[in-house]
Amino acid sequence: MTKGSVRFEGVTKHFDDVVALKPLDLDIAPGTLVTLLGPSGCGKTTTLRLVAGLEPPTSGRIFIGGEDVTHLSATYRKVSMVFQSYALFPHMTVAENVGYGLTVKRMPKSEVRPRVEEGLAMVGLEGFGDRLPSELSGGQQQRVAVARAIVLEPEVLLLDEPLSNLDAKLRRHVREEIREIQQRLKLTAIYVTHDQEEAMAVSDRIIVMKNAEIAQEGTPADLYERPNSAFIADFIGDANLLPVDVTRAGETVDIVVDGRQMALPTAFATTGQANLVLRPHQLRLTREAAADTLPAEVSYAAYLGNQVQYTLTTALGEIFAVTVPDANPFQKGDRVHIGFDPAAARIVSV
Amino acid sequence: MKRIAVFWLVVGVIGWALLPWYLTEGGFWRFGWLADMSGTNISALGAALTGKPWLWLPALGFVGAALSLGLARSQLATARGLFASGTAGLALLMGQALLIGTRYGVWEAENPGIGAGAFVTAAALLFIATTGISGLGKGRGDAFVTGLVGAIVALVAIFVFFPLTFILVRAFELKGGGGLGFGEFLPRFLSSNIWGIGCITGGGSCGPAINSFLLGLSTAAGTTIMGLMFALIFTRTDFRAKKLLRVLTVLPIITPPFVIGLALILLFGRAGTITEFFSWAFGWEKTRWLYGFHGVWLAQMLSFTPIAFLVLIGVVEGVSPSMEEASQTLDANRWQTFRYVSFPLMRPGLANAFLLGFIESIADFGNPLVLGGNFNVLSTEIYFAIVGTIADPAQAAILSITLLTFTLTAFLAQRFWVGKKNYATVTGKADSGRHAALNPVLRWTAYLLALPWAFFTMVLYALIIFGSFVKLWGYDHTFTFEHYLRGFKIVVRNGVHFTGAAWDSYFTTLTISAIAAPLTAAVGLATAYLLVRQKFTGKDAFEFSTMLSFAIPGTVIGVAYIMAFNFPPIELTGTGLILIIVFIFRNMPVGVRGGIAAMSQLDRSLDEASIMLGANSATTLRRVILPLMGPAILAALTYSFVRAITSVSAVIFLVSARHNMATSFIVGRVENGEYGIAIAYASVLIVTMLTVIIAMQLVIGRRTLRRADRIEAH
Repeated sequence: MTKGSVRFEGVTKHFDDVVALKPLDLDIAPGTLVTLLGPSGCGKTTTLRLVAGLEPPTSGRIFIGGEDVTHLSATYRKVSMVFQSYALFPHMTVAENVGYGLTVKRMPKSEVRPRVEEGLAMVGLEGFGDRLPSELSGGQQQRVAVARAIVLEPEVLLLDEPLSNLDAKLRRHVREEIREIQQRLKLTAIYVTHDQEEAMAVSDRIIVMKNAEIAQEGTPADLYERPNSAFIADFIGDANLLPVDVTRAGETVDIVVDGRQMALPTAFATTGQANLVLRPHQLRLTREAAADTLPAEVSYAAYLGNQVQYTLTTALGEIFAVTVPDANPFQKGDRVHIGFDPAAARIVSV
Repeated sequence: MKRIAVFWLVVGVIGWALLPWYLTEGGFWRFGWLADMSGTNISALGAALTGKPWLWLPALGFVGAALSLGLARSQLATARGLFASGTAGLALLMGQALLIGTRYGVWEAENPGIGAGAFVTAAALLFIATTGISGLGKGRGDAFVTGLVGAIVALVAIFVFFPLTFILVRAFELKGGGGLGFGEFLPRFLSSNIWGIGCITGGGSCGPAINSFLLGLSTAAGTTIMGLMFALIFTRTDFRAKKLLRVLTVLPIITPPFVIGLALILLFGRAGTITEFFSWAFGWEKTRWLYGFHGVWLAQMLSFTPIAFLVLIGVVEGVSPSMEEASQTLDANRWQTFRYVSFPLMRPGLANAFLLGFIESIADFGNPLVLGGNFNVLSTEIYFAIVGTIADPAQAAILSITLLTFTLTAFLAQRFWVGKKNYATVTGKADSGRHAALNPVLRWTAYLLALPWAFFTMVLYALIIFGSFVKLWGYDHTFTFEHYLRGFKIVVRNGVHFTGAAWDSYFTTLTISAIAAPLTAAVGLATAYLLVRQKFTGKDAFEFSTMLSFAIPGTVIGVAYIMAFNFPPIELTGTGLILIIVFIFRNMPVGVRGGIAAMSQLDRSLDEASIMLGANSATTLRRVILPLMGPAILAALTYSFVRAITSVSAVIFLVSARHNMATSFIVGRVENGEYGIAIAYASVLIVTMLTVIIAMQLVIGRRTLRRADRIEAH
């Protein structure tokens, strides 16, 4: 029942004087793919290595499948890992790599072989068993690393930035494969990345970390639509943050922005200084002023084919906007007016 | 944890109760003790029952361990119990061995040198303790890692630090068994026999300490300059014969230490070719100028310049070309680039080469022995204090302390002062770009200094081979095989008989070197593995103590060994074992350094991947790390083998009639003035070592080809 669950109780990690992880509580449900997302140095890789058993926690307790594994070494945890560098053993063939975990457990050769073949088939590499890792492409090596991890039928699969060494086009394809295998095998997976798009694409849940602690966790939609801080709003998808004064808090709010009173159908708990979150693609640019629009000047325009990006100078600071290209795009120096849909706007604390 | 502890408990009890505790007559491996388990073959249990009750003591450790395994309720309690009983047992074992029936003893009794049983018992107690430590959560709870750390610490303690304490004890011993004190030490240590500066003030000769110091400074300065010139030619010019220069770097490795000295005698000695020539052409008087400071300095320059070259190639290549290119794009000319960018970046490396040269020079034994004449240096004085007409171990100990102070100071300076200032610009990333060429003045300076020197070196080596085929150098230059025949004659009559005088020592040397080499490599690489891949408390101290033996001159180690291992509890003098041990711990730093370099290139995630796949650290070491370190292992093997063959300083104290080594045999011939056979033997050694090195290179070369570009994790 709890097989495959991962739980942290007040886990901390210090490297000498450096705090890599502030007290962390974590609960990961079996069969879900959870992403640890954050800028470098935020503690996400440390968290992953704590689950793996590659680092001992400074304090706190770690449970895998309901069992306390805090003092169990990595060798004996039912956890497998796909490394950023893949860490394929260069002196062993693909089949030997995939079968390594089974042979060190003294499984007889006759049993290892079918399991290896099954694992390679799972990642679409039938017939590659006799090659050396150096004879495979980056994407194929990556899949061998996945196969090597899953043939052990781990309770938890850990993936440490598995796509960072692949080129952009391959990345989307491989992440779909990983997600597909995870769901087919109903594996619990913890996925570390610093790429928010990748995280949004594969995760059941995302845990965003910052400064050695959790900044916010939730489903991809939660994080995008209901960010709890300026950091999250900016980190998950681009956002313009405009300083506003909240005059009435509650289920709906009244704000003052640039001296103008507005009512927004969004919830916020406290009055006072706050940030208005405006997503670049939710902004409307017009040549004529209208009610509740903000005057601006185009300071930079970039045509990207499927979209046009504008950097706009306003009285409230720089604003970044994205529009669909049309026949008459704005030019640098044009005076424009920015409007937005109050229903899409969010308020976050400063 | 429990399984491992039980295993060592069983091993230990067998060692204590069944194996012969003391040194057996006829040796352990003849298994004579199996037939007769009494007398000197008695086990600790047997001896404890028959009048040596102190041998019950070590067994208390096993009782404690058994109780901890059987009774303790929690894992943690078992671990604590194992640790406590292991250490207590070990302490009791060492205590009885050191204090009962020895010269520092408190109790007169017959308690001879320890043998196989005691060794097995001690090892078992040690591993019970380390297994307990792993159970306490140290070393990530890995009994293999804590055991390895424990084993290496114990070995270094017994074979490096324990003997050194004997030097201290000897030096501070008061006359007539009056205990320890400064009364004897200070006047002798500070005496002008050691520190005299007569050669500077003009009143006679200097003491050996001053001589060693001045010689060290001159040699270090000279080799650093020459090494830098060679390194600049090698990396910054388009000199055509670079491969030939590379050969120079191999030479010191395969050259027995006094061979250069012999070759110099052939050239500049009283009957030397050049001396003869000048005497004939200009009527110059034939002098003995070679025997003294000048000769020793020249020999050391020739011996150690290649070592400085080897160090400085790395330094000069380590200056990133992109920095020099940056300097040039900022409109600096080639001289300015060298003066303001490249040279400052090399400075810590130069200081490093200087200190290494200093240590090599004052630790050097072979050259001063052959060429020193009346010029006394510390290393030879130590030797004469032991083997001279008036044996004076206390004087040897005091001189050893003086020498050790010099080398340790240089070693500490190198590690803590130069080591910190390293601007290594090697990043492991491919650094494109070309090194800036030298400006013409610097280039020609380098050529003019280095190339004649290289030529001179080659001439010397050619002379050694040539000299081995002439009857009597300087007097009778007829071609002869006589020297080879005297040394290496083989008679085939009713079977093959090796009748040559040198065969004995030749075979002993090869055998002992061949046994020591894999052990050296194993200890060195295991240490490197712990240093690179594991975290544990006291790692810095651990690293320091394993590298320390590099700074202990061979003569000092030799003296320390005969003082420490000549009587119980550890009696090793006169055996082949002591030679093997001295090679292991003298050459260990080389293995460690090679291992660290090789292991740092292996991506750490490879080990972690193996661990995550359910392998323990021992399996990971065996199946992942060692196979990937193939070339490094072979290099460590070759190097320790060759170093064992060419080593003389420590060996000369430890050889015996049964186990004579090639180098001490040659020194004996040189002392008798039989240069012919000495040179012939040296040539045979050089050829032997070259063969081994080339064979290894072929094997390594093929392996590296097969593994091209596969060092990183894919």
